[in-house]
Amino acid sequence: MINASLPELRRALDARQISAVELATLFLDRIDALNPALNAFITVDRDGALAAARAADARIAAGSAGPLTGIPLAHKDVFCTEGVLTTCGSKMLANFVSPYDAHVVSLLKAAGVVSLGKANMDEFAMGSSNESSYFGAVKNPWKLDRIPGGSSGGSAAAVAARLAPIATGTDTGGSVRQPASYCGITGIKPTYGLVSRYGMIAYASSLDQGGAFGASAEDCALLLGAMTGFDERDSTSLERPTEDYAAALAAPASGKPLEGLTIGLPREFFAEGMADDVRATIDAAIAQYRALGATTVEVSLPNAKLAIPAYYVIAPAECSSNLSRFDGVRYGHRAADYGDLGDMYAKSRAEGFGAEVKRRILVGTYVLSHGYYDAYYLQAQRLRRLIAQDFQAALQHCDLIAGPTTPTTAWALGEKADDPVQMYLSDIYTIAVNLAGLPGLSHPAGFGADGLPVGLQLIGDYFAESRLLGAAHRFQQATDWHARRPACAG
Amino acid sequence: MSLSNDQVGHLARLARVALSGDELEATRDKLNGIFGLIEQMQAVDTRGVEPMSHAQELATRLRDDVVTETDRRDAFQKIAPQTEAGLYLVPKVIE
Repeated sequence: MINASLPELRRALDARQISAVELATLFLDRIDALNPALNAFITVDRDGALAAARAADARIAAGSAGPLTGIPLAHKDVFCTEGVLTTCGSKMLANFVSPYDAHVVSLLKAAGVVSLGKANMDEFAMGSSNESSYFGAVKNPWKLDRIPGGSSGGSAAAVAARLAPIATGTDTGGSVRQPASYCGITGIKPTYGLVSRYGMIAYASSLDQGGAFGASAEDCALLLGAMTGFDERDSTSLERPTEDYAAALAAPASGKPLEGLTIGLPREFFAEGMADDVRATIDAAIAQYRALGATTVEVSLPNAKLAIPAYYVIAPAECSSNLSRFDGVRYGHRAADYGDLGDMYAKSRAEGFGAEVKRRILVGTYVLSHGYYDAYYLQAQRLRRLIAQDFQAALQHCDLIAGPTTPTTAWALGEKADDPVQMYLSDIYTIAVNLAGLPGLSHPAGFGADGLPVGLQLIGDYFAESRLLGAAHRFQQATDWHARRPACAG
Repeated sequence: MSLSNDQVGHLARLARVALSGDELEATRDKLNGIFGLIEQMQAVDTRGVEPMSHAQELATRLRDDVVTETDRRDAFQKIAPQTEAGLYLVPKVIE
């Protein structure tokens, strides 16, 4: 049951082969057994999960269950959950029991999803390795001495190790796709504006977007479909009808199910910088896409290399503004000893924030200062437009863009922990997608030389989620990379 | 570009983040590395390119001027570090 897909779990629940309470207990017991080694969860909410499971069982008995009723899930600890600790991976919020639910949490509760607890993450979602969490690093289930990726590392590790069948995440510069790649699972970041940011603790508001993790594109489609939808409490929430992403996958498979699909391969993504084992795996996966009927064409994203510098101006600028709310007055950490009000702010923030968060606040403060604003912030925003235009030009020649999600497989814990620039460069293929606001998906493509998973990234035009999920689903119907499990989930 | 200790100290004061002497030194080195990465931007001629602040061109929505929230002061103040009589307490600002 722990390796079952969401449609299999649905059938088992509806046929009363297992109750929602039994299913939740199965996963909660796995968390108890495996989480001490993985550290994927910050908070396990056994009582809340069992209460939600009992309610789900009642709905199933009454015949009013939806597709996700009774399905267990892990929420990234960036989502506010009423009555449950919501830390955002920070000492600043180590005591923060949220008085309200994020919109995503409300939607999934209403769908009857059973939240098992809150997944570990990089502090305030700032990081690529999950080592910046105040609650300690998460371990990669494939090799415990490797990072799981970040910032949604706990969510990705939990799904990979089958501590939860699905999980929520957020993606500001790759924080869903990159850990999905390193942990050998599927993850999707939809078009900016499809998932409400209400109650999703802000890092860089023009880039932050909720996303979904699952073992397969099909599981991601079911979860994402329940997370999207207009919310008037998020000023950037898009007013458009919700889509049934799972239904879009249901078209009957043929021998050449991707006939007519043109996949663009950006020259810049296949240039130097990609490790040999990743290149070989991605090349083989692209060949598989061709075998399924897709044609490939070379495209160019000439400004892609500027995405990292532009991002590390824009994201810290927005972060320095967003995180000014943490002042030790209304919620969160307040220093024990302080003098005047200014001293209380400075000490509470010094104690509450970790080193990487402080660095990004300081970078943001600098680039927004008088005299530097044009040279840094506006220049970065101009590059952002050039990067977005590159994607639109490339998508004139293809339906989807494909390439590696990351340049290497998961690196060793500690390897880049003291070198922020090396850490930032690991997001070279994912960051441009956030700047443009496009949807992106990572799915398992095979394994590298060290037996660690390699992810393939698909990028689509705005609102092309069904196309991304559909292509990944066809790939997964013809391959079994997504069905491989680390030894701990065997 | 290279930041001095004084400049980093000034930024830290603007950002209301206290940095100790040791922390200041380590932070300066890391920030200079980050700005080395960011400097690559300056090589690109972006004259005539409109800055892009957002992925979606959205107009701010307006709503009717009616009360939509309920009073949840107790729930919100329960998580505050220090309150009294429905007020948030901070060190004295005005003598």
